[in-house]
Amino acid sequence: MDPSIVDRTFPPVGPYAVSAAKVAEFAAATQWRGAGVPPTFPILLLNDAMLAFLADVGASLERIVHGEQRFSYRRPVTVGDELTAALRVATLRSLGGADVIGTVSTITDAGGEVVCEAKATLVHNGGAA
Amino acid sequence: MSDLDLSKLEPQRFTLTRADLVRYAGASGDFNPIHWSDRVAGAVGLPGVIAHGMLTLGLVGSAVAAWTGDAEVLELGAKFTAPVVVPDDETGVVVEVAATKVTSDNGAVTIAMEVRCGADKVLSMPKAVVRA
Repeated sequence: MDPSIVDRTFPPVGPYAVSAAKVAEFAAATQWRGAGVPPTFPILLLNDAMLAFLADVGASLERIVHGEQRFSYRRPVTVGDELTAALRVATLRSLGGADVIGTVSTITDAGGEVVCEAKATLVHNGGAA
Repeated sequence: MSDLDLSKLEPQRFTLTRADLVRYAGASGDFNPIHWSDRVAGAVGLPGVIAHGMLTLGLVGSAVAAWTGDAEVLELGAKFTAPVVVPDDETGVVVEVAATKVTSDNGAVTIAMEVRCGADKVLSMPKAVVRA
């Protein structure tokens, strides 16, 4: 993968409107034993941000393995939020023929305030992309 | 949230069947076929259809909510180290989330965990930080 992608921020995805119906669907699917919005809910936006990034650099989803995911929250997501995610490539290294891509996505609300920062490690197998 | 006593945090168990993987695919928008097609999973060298890593991390979030009475989550994360293979049967598999260490610091409570499916540790360094 082209090393020039490091430090690049890709065009943001969103805004995504958080609805009670989608939260309920996601909560049921993750066997949520709490109230409110499950903390992994922002993965909906992060998926879109990742797919846009992969399309931009010409990498295919089938070759991607999700190695690590970490969320840091400034505040909980709530129903009614309108969220936007911008993905930046923070690190890139080679490991046995695979590219290990460290991404940091910043999720902001309609007022531009940061809600959550999400770090993902994506392992791209199979050389040239 | 009151102080957490590690000895009182009962391991949380979650059963995953193929239907649960389909439900999560729809809810999350992650339709990677390794999570529902034996043919594709086999072709990429997996032992079978596997659960989404983010579904497993979602179960971890659920366990934390159950233990803390829905405390505000400040951090949540893990490395996905071993696949959770879900057979095509009625029984499925059980993912167990157990707390291993609780530390309090400056208004935040850190919960370290172990997440297993059968004998396998499926996550490395699963950790949550909640507001005390």
